[in-house]
Amino acid sequence: MSDDAAGDGAPGNDGSQFDRLPATAAEREVEGRATRAEVLDWWRERFGVPPETFEDHTFWEKGKGKIWVFADDLPSPQEREGVGMTVLRTRQEHWKPTTTAVRKWGHLARKNVIGLSSGQATAFAAGHDQDLPEWDGDWGYLIATHELAGDRVPIGVGLYLYDELRSVVPKGYQEELPDLGE
Amino acid sequence: MNDDGGVLDRYVSLVDDEAAFRAACERPLPSVVRVNTLAADADRVARAFDEEGTEYERAGWHDGIFRMADRSPGTTWPYAHGWVHGQEEVSCLPALALDPEPGTRVWDTCAAPGSKTTQMAAQMDDTGVLVGNDTSLGRLSALRHNAERLGVTNLVVDQQDARNYSLNGFGFEEFDATLVDAPCSCEGTIRKNPDAFDTWTLDHVHEVAGIQKGILRRAVQATRPGGTVVYSTCTFAPEENEAVLDHVLREEDCEIVEWDCPLESVSGVTEWHDEEYDPSVARATRIYPHHNDTGGFFLAKLRVGGDGDGDAAGDDAAEGSEVTA
Repeated sequence: MSDDAAGDGAPGNDGSQFDRLPATAAEREVEGRATRAEVLDWWRERFGVPPETFEDHTFWEKGKGKIWVFADDLPSPQEREGVGMTVLRTRQEHWKPTTTAVRKWGHLARKNVIGLSSGQATAFAAGHDQDLPEWDGDWGYLIATHELAGDRVPIGVGLYLYDELRSVVPKGYQEELPDLGE
Repeated sequence: MNDDGGVLDRYVSLVDDEAAFRAACERPLPSVVRVNTLAADADRVARAFDEEGTEYERAGWHDGIFRMADRSPGTTWPYAHGWVHGQEEVSCLPALALDPEPGTRVWDTCAAPGSKTTQMAAQMDDTGVLVGNDTSLGRLSALRHNAERLGVTNLVVDQQDARNYSLNGFGFEEFDATLVDAPCSCEGTIRKNPDAFDTWTLDHVHEVAGIQKGILRRAVQATRPGGTVVYSTCTFAPEENEAVLDHVLREEDCEIVEWDCPLESVSGVTEWHDEEYDPSVARATRIYPHHNDTGGFFLAKLRVGGDGDGDAAGDDAAEGSEVTA
Protein backbone atom coordinates (compact mmCIF):
# COMPACT_ATOMS: atom_id res chain seq x y z
CA MET A 1 0.00 0.00 0.00
CA SER A 2 1.68 3.18 -1.06
CA ASP A 3 -0.89 5.75 -1.89
CA ASP A 4 -0.11 9.23 -0.70
CA ALA A 5 -3.04 11.02 -2.28
CA ALA A 6 -3.54 12.82 1.01
CA GLY A 7 -0.40 14.72 0.14
CA ASP A 8 1.28 14.21 3.47
CA GLY A 9 2.63 10.74 2.85
CA ALA A 10 -0.20 9.09 4.79
CA PRO A 11 -1.71 6.16 2.94
CA GLY A 12 -5.10 6.94 1.45
CA ASN A 13 -7.83 5.07 -0.32
CA ASP A 14 -6.92 4.47 -3.99
CA GLY A 15 -10.03 3.96 -6.08
CA SER A 16 -8.17 2.09 -8.82
CA GLN A 17 -7.09 -0.92 -6.77
CA PHE A 18 -8.34 -3.50 -4.31
CA ASP A 19 -6.80 -3.21 -0.82
CA ARG A 20 -7.33 -5.94 1.73
CA LEU A 21 -9.07 -4.74 4.89
CA PRO A 22 -6.89 -4.59 7.99
CA ALA A 23 -7.72 -7.28 10.55
CA THR A 24 -8.37 -4.82 13.35
CA ALA A 25 -8.37 -1.09 14.07
CA ALA A 26 -4.83 -1.39 15.48
CA GLU A 27 -3.60 -2.37 12.00
CA ARG A 28 -5.55 0.29 10.13
CA GLU A 29 -3.40 2.55 7.95
CA VAL A 30 -6.05 4.11 5.75
CA GLU A 31 -8.38 6.51 7.50
CA GLY A 32 -12.02 5.53 7.52
CA ARG A 33 -11.40 2.04 6.17
CA ALA A 34 -13.52 -0.68 7.72
CA THR A 35 -11.67 -3.55 9.38
CA ARG A 36 -12.30 -7.25 8.97
CA ALA A 37 -13.35 -7.44 12.62
CA GLU A 38 -15.89 -4.63 12.12
CA VAL A 39 -17.35 -6.33 9.05
CA LEU A 40 -17.76 -9.66 10.88
CA ASP A 41 -19.25 -7.87 13.90
CA TRP A 42 -21.68 -6.00 11.68
CA TRP A 43 -23.04 -9.16 10.09
CA ARG A 44 -23.41 -10.77 13.50
CA GLU A 45 -25.00 -7.77 15.18
CA ARG A 46 -27.30 -6.70 12.39
CA PHE A 47 -28.44 -10.10 11.09
CA GLY A 48 -27.05 -12.73 13.46
CA VAL A 49 -24.88 -14.21 10.71
CA PRO A 50 -22.08 -16.15 12.48
CA PRO A 51 -18.53 -14.80 11.88
CA GLU A 52 -17.36 -18.33 10.96
CA THR A 53 -19.39 -17.92 7.76
CA PHE A 54 -16.53 -15.83 6.38
CA GLU A 55 -13.68 -17.76 7.98
CA ASP A 56 -11.98 -18.61 4.68
CA HIS A 57 -12.83 -15.33 2.95
CA THR A 58 -10.85 -12.11 2.67
CA PHE A 59 -12.41 -8.63 2.49
CA TRP A 60 -11.25 -5.86 0.17
CA GLU A 61 -12.06 -2.19 -0.42
CA LYS A 62 -12.12 -0.61 -3.85
CA GLY A 63 -13.57 2.80 -4.34
CA LYS A 64 -14.95 4.72 -1.43
CA GLY A 65 -16.50 2.32 1.05
CA LYS A 66 -17.38 -0.49 -1.35
CA ILE A 67 -16.35 -3.78 0.26
CA TRP A 68 -15.73 -6.96 -1.75
CA VAL A 69 -15.52 -10.51 -0.42
CA PHE A 70 -13.15 -13.04 -1.95
CA ALA A 71 -13.12 -16.80 -1.32
CA ASP A 72 -9.35 -17.16 -0.94
CA ASP A 73 -6.36 -14.96 -0.22
CA LEU A 74 -4.15 -12.90 -2.54
CA PRO A 75 -1.35 -10.38 -2.04
CA SER A 76 -2.62 -6.84 -1.46
CA PRO A 77 -3.13 -4.60 -3.34
CA GLN A 78 -4.68 -6.12 -6.47
CA GLU A 79 -4.99 -4.04 -9.61
CA ARG A 80 -7.86 -5.99 -11.19
CA GLU A 81 -11.33 -5.41 -12.54
CA GLY A 82 -12.88 -7.51 -9.81
CA VAL A 83 -11.88 -9.48 -6.71
CA GLY A 84 -14.76 -11.67 -5.53
CA MET A 85 -18.15 -9.98 -5.22
CA THR A 86 -19.49 -6.85 -3.55
CA VAL A 87 -20.80 -7.50 -0.07
CA LEU A 88 -21.23 -4.23 1.81
CA ARG A 89 -21.25 -0.44 1.51
CA THR A 90 -19.32 1.24 4.33
CA ARG A 91 -18.07 4.78 5.03
CA GLN A 92 -21.65 5.90 5.70
CA GLU A 93 -23.68 6.08 8.89
CA HIS A 94 -25.72 2.96 8.20
CA TRP A 95 -23.80 0.23 6.43
CA LYS A 96 -25.77 -1.39 3.65
CA PRO A 97 -25.48 -5.02 2.55
CA THR A 98 -25.60 -5.73 -1.18
CA THR A 99 -28.53 -7.57 -2.76
CA THR A 100 -26.19 -10.33 -3.90
CA ALA A 101 -24.65 -10.80 -0.44
CA VAL A 102 -28.10 -11.04 1.12
CA ARG A 103 -29.12 -13.61 -1.48
CA LYS A 104 -25.98 -15.64 -0.77
CA TRP A 105 -25.87 -15.50 3.05
CA GLY A 106 -29.33 -14.22 4.01
CA HIS A 107 -30.53 -17.74 4.81
CA LEU A 108 -28.09 -17.69 7.76
CA ALA A 109 -29.65 -14.54 9.24
CA ARG A 110 -31.47 -14.87 12.60
CA LYS A 111 -32.79 -11.32 13.02
CA ASN A 112 -33.95 -8.34 10.97
CA VAL A 113 -35.46 -10.75 8.49
CA ILE A 114 -38.94 -9.91 7.22
CA GLY A 115 -41.09 -12.65 5.71
CA LEU A 116 -43.28 -11.43 2.86
CA SER A 117 -46.52 -12.91 1.53
CA SER A 118 -46.56 -13.98 -2.10
CA GLY A 119 -48.17 -10.72 -3.24
CA GLN A 120 -45.77 -8.62 -1.18
CA ALA A 121 -42.82 -10.61 -2.53
CA THR A 122 -43.85 -9.96 -6.11
CA ALA A 123 -44.20 -6.21 -5.41
CA PHE A 124 -40.87 -6.14 -3.59
CA ALA A 125 -39.01 -7.90 -6.40
CA ALA A 126 -40.43 -5.39 -8.88
CA GLY A 127 -38.93 -2.56 -6.80
CA HIS A 128 -42.14 -1.23 -5.26
CA ASP A 129 -42.30 0.30 -1.77
CA GLN A 130 -45.20 -0.88 0.39
CA ASP A 131 -46.94 -0.06 3.67
CA LEU A 132 -46.13 -2.67 6.26
CA PRO A 133 -47.20 -1.31 9.67
CA GLU A 134 -47.31 -4.80 11.21
CA TRP A 135 -43.49 -4.99 11.38
CA ASP A 136 -42.49 -4.22 14.97
CA GLY A 137 -38.76 -4.93 14.67
CA ASP A 138 -35.85 -2.59 14.02
CA TRP A 139 -35.87 0.14 11.45
CA GLY A 140 -33.15 0.19 8.83
CA TYR A 141 -31.91 -2.43 6.44
CA LEU A 142 -33.77 -5.75 6.55
CA ILE A 143 -33.54 -8.98 4.60
CA ALA A 144 -36.79 -9.62 2.75
CA THR A 145 -37.71 -13.27 2.20
CA HIS A 146 -40.55 -15.31 0.76
CA GLU A 147 -41.58 -18.94 0.72
CA LEU A 148 -40.38 -20.93 -2.29
CA ALA A 149 -39.87 -24.65 -2.84
CA GLY A 150 -40.41 -25.42 0.83
CA ASP A 151 -38.05 -22.85 2.30
CA ARG A 152 -37.76 -19.18 3.22
CA VAL A 153 -35.62 -17.65 0.50
CA PRO A 154 -34.02 -14.19 0.67
CA ILE A 155 -35.09 -11.88 -2.17
CA GLY A 156 -33.07 -8.79 -1.39
CA VAL A 157 -32.52 -5.80 0.87
CA GLY A 158 -35.39 -3.70 2.19
CA LEU A 159 -35.18 -0.39 4.04
CA TYR A 160 -37.80 -0.13 6.78
CA LEU A 161 -38.81 3.39 7.85
CA TYR A 162 -42.08 4.87 9.18
CA ASP A 163 -44.32 1.79 8.66
CA GLU A 164 -43.04 1.41 5.09
CA LEU A 165 -40.82 -1.26 3.53
CA ARG A 166 -38.83 0.27 0.72
CA SER A 167 -37.44 -2.10 -1.85
CA VAL A 168 -33.81 -1.25 -2.53
CA VAL A 169 -33.43 -4.03 -5.09
CA PRO A 170 -31.20 -2.42 -7.76
CA LYS A 171 -32.86 -1.64 -11.10
CA GLY A 172 -30.85 -4.33 -12.85
CA TYR A 173 -32.28 -6.98 -10.53
CA GLN A 174 -35.89 -5.72 -10.49
CA GLU A 175 -38.29 -8.05 -12.29
CA GLU A 176 -42.01 -8.64 -12.72
CA LEU A 177 -42.33 -12.13 -11.22
CA PRO A 178 -45.31 -14.43 -10.78
CA ASP A 179 -47.46 -14.13 -7.66
CA LEU A 180 -47.17 -17.61 -6.15
CA GLY A 181 -50.63 -17.31 -4.55
CA GLU A 182 -51.60 -18.97 -1.29
CA MET B 1 -34.54 -18.76 -43.48
CA ASN B 2 -30.93 -17.83 -42.93
CA ASP B 3 -28.87 -16.80 -45.90
CA ASP B 4 -25.67 -18.59 -45.13
CA GLY B 5 -23.87 -17.05 -48.10
CA GLY B 6 -22.49 -20.47 -48.93
CA VAL B 7 -20.59 -20.79 -45.66
CA LEU B 8 -22.26 -24.09 -44.79
CA ASP B 9 -21.27 -25.53 -48.20
CA ARG B 10 -17.70 -25.65 -46.93
CA TYR B 11 -18.60 -28.27 -44.36
CA VAL B 12 -20.93 -30.55 -46.27
CA SER B 13 -18.08 -33.00 -46.88
CA LEU B 14 -17.52 -33.23 -43.11
CA VAL B 15 -21.08 -34.03 -41.98
CA ASP B 16 -22.85 -37.37 -42.09
CA ASP B 17 -26.29 -36.01 -42.99
CA GLU B 18 -26.27 -32.85 -45.08
CA ALA B 19 -30.04 -32.33 -45.10
CA ALA B 20 -30.35 -32.71 -41.33
CA PHE B 21 -27.35 -30.41 -40.85
CA ARG B 22 -28.82 -27.66 -43.04
CA ALA B 23 -32.29 -28.04 -41.53
CA ALA B 24 -30.99 -27.81 -37.96
CA CYS B 25 -29.03 -24.66 -38.81
CA GLU B 26 -32.32 -23.06 -39.92
CA ARG B 27 -34.19 -23.74 -36.68
CA PRO B 28 -34.10 -21.36 -33.74
CA LEU B 29 -32.30 -22.66 -30.68
CA PRO B 30 -34.27 -23.87 -27.65
CA SER B 31 -34.03 -21.71 -24.52
CA VAL B 32 -31.96 -23.58 -21.93
CA VAL B 33 -30.88 -22.85 -18.36
CA ARG B 34 -28.17 -24.40 -16.21
CA VAL B 35 -28.72 -24.84 -12.47
CA ASN B 36 -26.33 -22.77 -10.35
CA THR B 37 -25.43 -25.37 -7.74
CA LEU B 38 -23.87 -22.66 -5.55
CA ALA B 39 -27.42 -21.51 -4.82
CA ALA B 40 -29.78 -24.47 -5.27
CA ASP B 41 -29.89 -28.06 -6.41
CA ALA B 42 -31.73 -29.20 -9.52
CA ASP B 43 -34.71 -30.72 -7.71
CA ARG B 44 -35.31 -27.52 -5.77
CA VAL B 45 -35.24 -25.56 -9.04
CA ALA B 46 -37.74 -28.03 -10.53
CA ARG B 47 -40.03 -27.61 -7.52
CA ALA B 48 -39.86 -23.81 -7.75
CA PHE B 49 -40.64 -23.87 -11.49
CA ASP B 50 -43.59 -26.18 -10.72
CA GLU B 51 -44.92 -23.86 -8.01
CA GLU B 52 -44.96 -20.83 -10.30
CA GLY B 53 -46.23 -22.77 -13.33
CA THR B 54 -43.14 -22.48 -15.50
CA GLU B 55 -42.97 -25.34 -17.97
CA TYR B 56 -39.71 -27.08 -18.74
CA GLU B 57 -38.17 -30.34 -19.80
CA ARG B 58 -35.10 -31.73 -18.07
CA ALA B 59 -32.18 -32.76 -20.28
CA GLY B 60 -31.59 -36.50 -20.15
CA TRP B 61 -27.81 -36.21 -20.24
CA HIS B 62 -27.35 -33.72 -17.42
CA ASP B 63 -29.31 -33.34 -14.18
CA GLY B 64 -28.79 -29.58 -13.99
CA ILE B 65 -29.98 -28.55 -17.46
CA PHE B 66 -33.57 -27.46 -18.10
CA ARG B 67 -35.09 -26.70 -21.52
CA MET B 68 -37.65 -23.94 -21.10
CA ALA B 69 -41.02 -24.39 -22.80
CA ASP B 70 -41.89 -20.75 -23.40
CA ARG B 71 -41.46 -18.13 -20.70
CA SER B 72 -38.20 -16.25 -20.83
CA PRO B 73 -36.17 -17.59 -17.90
CA GLY B 74 -35.51 -13.99 -16.77
CA THR B 75 -39.09 -13.64 -15.50
CA THR B 76 -39.01 -16.68 -13.21
CA TRP B 77 -38.31 -16.83 -9.47
CA PRO B 78 -35.43 -19.32 -9.79
CA TYR B 79 -33.71 -16.86 -12.14
CA ALA B 80 -34.39 -13.92 -9.83
CA HIS B 81 -32.75 -15.86 -6.99
CA GLY B 82 -29.67 -16.71 -9.06
CA TRP B 83 -30.57 -20.41 -9.02
CA VAL B 84 -30.34 -20.73 -12.81
CA HIS B 85 -28.39 -19.12 -15.64
CA GLY B 86 -29.26 -19.05 -19.34
CA GLN B 87 -26.66 -21.22 -21.04
CA GLU B 88 -26.82 -23.28 -24.19
CA GLU B 89 -26.41 -27.04 -23.79
CA VAL B 90 -23.18 -27.39 -25.77
CA SER B 91 -21.77 -24.39 -23.92
CA CYS B 92 -21.87 -26.49 -20.73
CA LEU B 93 -19.36 -28.98 -22.17
CA PRO B 94 -15.98 -27.18 -21.80
CA ALA B 95 -16.28 -26.84 -18.01
CA LEU B 96 -17.40 -30.48 -17.76
CA ALA B 97 -14.33 -31.53 -19.77
CA LEU B 98 -11.97 -29.38 -17.69
CA ASP B 99 -13.61 -30.54 -14.43
CA PRO B 100 -11.83 -28.06 -12.12
CA GLU B 101 -11.68 -29.15 -8.50
CA PRO B 102 -12.35 -27.14 -5.33
CA GLY B 103 -9.38 -25.25 -3.92
CA THR B 104 -7.39 -25.16 -7.17
CA ARG B 105 -6.18 -22.31 -9.38
CA VAL B 106 -7.99 -22.01 -12.66
CA TRP B 107 -7.65 -19.57 -15.54
CA ASP B 108 -10.45 -18.74 -17.96
CA THR B 109 -8.58 -16.96 -20.76
CA CYS B 110 -11.59 -15.49 -22.59
CA ALA B 111 -14.17 -15.47 -19.84
CA ALA B 112 -16.79 -12.84 -20.65
CA PRO B 113 -19.77 -12.89 -20.40
CA GLY B 114 -19.13 -15.71 -17.96
CA SER B 115 -21.52 -18.66 -18.47
CA LYS B 116 -18.66 -21.14 -18.46
CA THR B 117 -16.74 -19.18 -15.82
CA THR B 118 -19.60 -19.28 -13.34
CA GLN B 119 -20.16 -22.97 -14.13
CA MET B 120 -16.52 -23.61 -13.19
CA ALA B 121 -16.92 -21.56 -10.00
CA ALA B 122 -19.73 -23.92 -9.03
CA GLN B 123 -17.61 -26.99 -9.86
CA MET B 124 -14.90 -25.52 -7.61
CA ASP B 125 -17.52 -25.09 -4.88
CA ASP B 126 -16.67 -21.37 -4.90
CA THR B 127 -13.22 -22.04 -3.40
CA GLY B 128 -9.67 -21.60 -4.71
CA VAL B 129 -8.77 -18.92 -7.23
CA LEU B 130 -10.61 -18.62 -10.53
CA VAL B 131 -9.22 -15.95 -12.83
CA GLY B 132 -11.67 -14.71 -15.45
CA ASN B 133 -9.80 -12.72 -18.07
CA ASP B 134 -11.04 -10.85 -21.11
CA THR B 135 -9.96 -7.87 -23.17
CA SER B 136 -13.08 -5.77 -23.51
CA LEU B 137 -14.17 -3.68 -20.52
CA GLY B 138 -17.79 -3.80 -21.66
CA ARG B 139 -17.75 -7.59 -21.76
CA LEU B 140 -15.96 -7.70 -18.40
CA SER B 141 -18.80 -5.72 -16.93
CA ALA B 142 -21.19 -8.46 -18.10
CA LEU B 143 -18.89 -11.08 -16.58
CA ARG B 144 -18.85 -9.26 -13.24
CA HIS B 145 -22.62 -8.86 -13.29
CA ASN B 146 -23.22 -12.56 -14.01
CA ALA B 147 -20.76 -13.67 -11.34
CA GLU B 148 -22.40 -11.39 -8.75
CA ARG B 149 -25.87 -12.50 -9.75
CA LEU B 150 -24.89 -16.13 -9.20
CA GLY B 151 -23.10 -15.47 -5.90
CA VAL B 152 -19.56 -16.30 -7.08
CA THR B 153 -16.84 -15.17 -4.63
CA ASN B 154 -13.77 -17.06 -5.92
CA LEU B 155 -13.43 -15.05 -9.15
CA VAL B 156 -10.73 -12.49 -9.94
CA VAL B 157 -11.73 -10.45 -12.99
CA ASP B 158 -8.74 -9.37 -15.06
CA GLN B 159 -8.19 -7.46 -18.28
CA GLN B 160 -5.12 -8.59 -20.21
CA ASP B 161 -4.25 -9.83 -23.69
CA ALA B 162 -4.37 -13.58 -23.03
CA ARG B 163 -1.56 -14.17 -25.59
CA ASN B 164 1.01 -12.67 -23.24
CA TYR B 165 -0.84 -13.03 -19.96
CA SER B 166 1.19 -12.19 -16.85
CA LEU B 167 0.61 -13.84 -13.47
CA ASN B 168 2.38 -11.00 -11.68
CA GLY B 169 0.72 -10.08 -8.43
CA PHE B 170 -1.05 -13.37 -7.74
CA GLY B 171 1.65 -14.87 -5.54
CA PHE B 172 1.69 -18.05 -7.61
CA GLU B 173 3.38 -18.94 -10.89
CA GLU B 174 1.05 -21.31 -12.70
CA PHE B 175 -2.50 -22.57 -12.95
CA ASP B 176 -3.76 -26.10 -12.32
CA ALA B 177 -6.26 -25.94 -15.16
CA THR B 178 -7.06 -23.52 -17.96
CA LEU B 179 -10.01 -23.01 -20.28
CA VAL B 180 -9.49 -21.46 -23.69
CA ASP B 181 -12.99 -20.80 -24.99
CA ALA B 182 -11.56 -18.89 -27.89
CA PRO B 183 -12.96 -15.96 -29.84
CA CYS B 184 -13.96 -17.45 -33.20
CA SER B 185 -16.01 -16.92 -36.34
CA CYS B 186 -19.02 -18.29 -34.43
CA GLU B 187 -20.43 -20.31 -37.34
CA GLY B 188 -21.97 -22.74 -34.86
CA THR B 189 -24.11 -20.01 -33.30
CA ILE B 190 -26.11 -19.47 -36.52
CA ARG B 191 -29.29 -20.73 -34.80
CA LYS B 192 -28.94 -18.10 -32.08
CA ASN B 193 -27.45 -15.33 -34.23
CA PRO B 194 -29.04 -15.51 -37.69
CA ASP B 195 -26.61 -12.85 -38.94
CA ALA B 196 -23.52 -14.83 -37.89
CA PHE B 197 -22.59 -15.43 -41.54
CA ASP B 198 -23.13 -11.85 -42.72
CA THR B 199 -19.62 -10.79 -41.88
CA TRP B 200 -17.94 -14.14 -42.55
CA THR B 201 -14.76 -14.00 -44.64
CA LEU B 202 -11.94 -16.48 -45.04
CA ASP B 203 -9.52 -13.70 -44.15
CA HIS B 204 -11.27 -13.27 -40.82
CA VAL B 205 -11.08 -17.02 -40.19
CA HIS B 206 -7.32 -16.94 -40.75
CA GLU B 207 -6.89 -13.81 -38.67
CA VAL B 208 -8.80 -15.20 -35.70
CA ALA B 209 -6.93 -18.52 -36.01
CA GLY B 210 -3.71 -16.61 -35.40
CA ILE B 211 -5.14 -15.19 -32.19
CA GLN B 212 -6.40 -18.62 -31.13
CA LYS B 213 -2.95 -20.15 -31.57
CA GLY B 214 -1.40 -17.39 -29.46
CA ILE B 215 -3.91 -17.82 -26.65
CA LEU B 216 -3.72 -21.62 -26.57
CA ARG B 217 0.09 -21.54 -26.53
CA ARG B 218 0.08 -19.13 -23.57
CA ALA B 219 -2.51 -21.31 -21.82
CA VAL B 220 -0.26 -24.38 -22.08
CA GLN B 221 2.74 -22.36 -20.85
CA ALA B 222 0.82 -20.97 -17.86
CA THR B 223 -0.53 -24.34 -16.73
CA ARG B 224 1.52 -26.64 -14.51
CA PRO B 225 3.01 -29.90 -15.79
CA GLY B 226 0.31 -32.56 -15.69
CA GLY B 227 -2.39 -29.89 -15.63
CA THR B 228 -5.30 -29.70 -18.03
CA VAL B 229 -6.15 -27.22 -20.77
CA VAL B 230 -9.45 -27.34 -22.63
CA TYR B 231 -9.74 -25.64 -26.01
CA SER B 232 -13.19 -24.89 -27.39
CA THR B 233 -14.87 -22.83 -30.10
CA CYS B 234 -18.39 -22.50 -31.44
CA THR B 235 -17.31 -22.80 -35.04
CA PHE B 236 -17.00 -25.53 -37.69
CA ALA B 237 -13.89 -24.25 -39.51
CA PRO B 238 -10.96 -26.70 -39.15
CA GLU B 239 -8.65 -23.68 -39.58
CA GLU B 240 -9.86 -22.50 -36.15
CA ASN B 241 -10.04 -25.93 -34.55
CA GLU B 242 -7.83 -28.87 -35.55
CA ALA B 243 -5.28 -26.58 -37.24
CA VAL B 244 -4.89 -24.60 -34.01
CA LEU B 245 -4.36 -27.81 -32.04
CA ASP B 246 -1.88 -29.09 -34.65
CA HIS B 247 0.12 -25.86 -34.32
CA VAL B 248 0.22 -25.96 -30.52
CA LEU B 249 1.13 -29.66 -30.43
CA ARG B 250 4.20 -28.76 -32.48
CA GLU B 251 5.15 -25.65 -30.52
CA GLU B 252 4.43 -26.61 -26.89
CA ASP B 253 4.86 -29.63 -24.62
CA CYS B 254 1.35 -31.06 -24.47
CA GLU B 255 -0.86 -33.86 -25.80
CA ILE B 256 -4.52 -34.25 -26.66
CA VAL B 257 -6.27 -36.73 -24.39
CA GLU B 258 -9.55 -38.62 -24.72
CA TRP B 259 -12.61 -37.50 -22.78
CA ASP B 260 -16.14 -38.88 -22.62
CA CYS B 261 -18.43 -36.44 -24.37
CA PRO B 262 -21.93 -36.87 -22.92
CA LEU B 263 -23.57 -35.65 -26.13
CA GLU B 264 -23.60 -37.22 -29.60
CA SER B 265 -20.49 -36.10 -31.42
CA VAL B 266 -17.89 -37.06 -34.02
CA SER B 267 -14.09 -37.03 -34.03
CA GLY B 268 -11.86 -34.16 -35.06
CA VAL B 269 -10.79 -34.15 -38.72
CA THR B 270 -7.18 -34.98 -39.62
CA GLU B 271 -7.27 -33.60 -43.18
CA TRP B 272 -8.73 -30.41 -44.61
CA HIS B 273 -8.10 -28.62 -47.92
CA ASP B 274 -4.73 -30.27 -48.65
CA GLU B 275 -3.60 -29.84 -45.05
CA GLU B 276 -2.83 -32.83 -42.89
CA TYR B 277 -2.93 -32.56 -39.10
CA ASP B 278 -1.36 -34.51 -36.25
CA PRO B 279 -3.35 -37.78 -36.03
CA SER B 280 -4.15 -37.12 -32.34
CA VAL B 281 -6.49 -34.25 -33.29
CA ALA B 282 -8.98 -37.05 -33.97
CA ARG B 283 -9.40 -37.18 -30.16
CA ALA B 284 -11.07 -33.77 -30.35
CA THR B 285 -14.86 -33.53 -30.36
CA ARG B 286 -17.03 -32.04 -33.11
CA ILE B 287 -20.71 -31.43 -32.49
CA TYR B 288 -23.01 -30.42 -35.33
CA PRO B 289 -26.39 -28.79 -34.68
CA HIS B 290 -28.39 -31.80 -35.93
CA HIS B 291 -26.68 -34.22 -33.54
CA ASN B 292 -28.40 -33.06 -30.35
CA ASP B 293 -30.57 -30.11 -31.48
CA THR B 294 -27.98 -27.65 -30.15
CA GLY B 295 -25.56 -25.12 -31.56
CA GLY B 296 -22.37 -26.30 -33.26
CA PHE B 297 -19.30 -26.81 -31.10
CA PHE B 298 -15.70 -27.97 -31.03
CA LEU B 299 -13.69 -29.08 -28.02
CA ALA B 300 -10.36 -30.73 -27.18
CA LYS B 301 -8.86 -31.67 -23.83
CA LEU B 302 -5.09 -31.34 -23.51
CA ARG B 303 -2.66 -32.56 -20.88
CA VAL B 304 0.33 -30.34 -20.29
CA GLY B 305 3.58 -32.31 -20.57
CA GLY B 306 6.28 -32.84 -18.00
CA ASP B 307 6.27 -34.56 -14.65
CA GLY B 308 3.18 -33.82 -12.69
CA ASP B 309 0.01 -35.18 -11.27
CA GLY B 310 -2.17 -36.09 -14.22
CA ASP B 311 -5.22 -34.95 -12.38
CA ALA B 312 -6.40 -31.46 -13.28
CA ALA B 313 -6.48 -30.63 -9.62
CA GLY B 314 -3.81 -32.04 -7.41
CA ASP B 315 -4.11 -32.62 -3.68
CA ASP B 316 -0.98 -30.55 -3.42
CA ALA B 317 -2.66 -27.54 -4.94
CA ALA B 318 -2.91 -25.81 -1.61
CA GLU B 319 0.86 -25.90 -1.22
CA GLY B 320 2.52 -22.58 -1.65
CA SER B 321 -0.78 -20.80 -1.35
CA GLU B 322 0.55 -18.66 1.48
CA VAL B 323 1.01 -15.17 0.26
CA THR B 324 2.93 -12.31 1.65
CA ALA B 325 0.79 -9.29 2.11
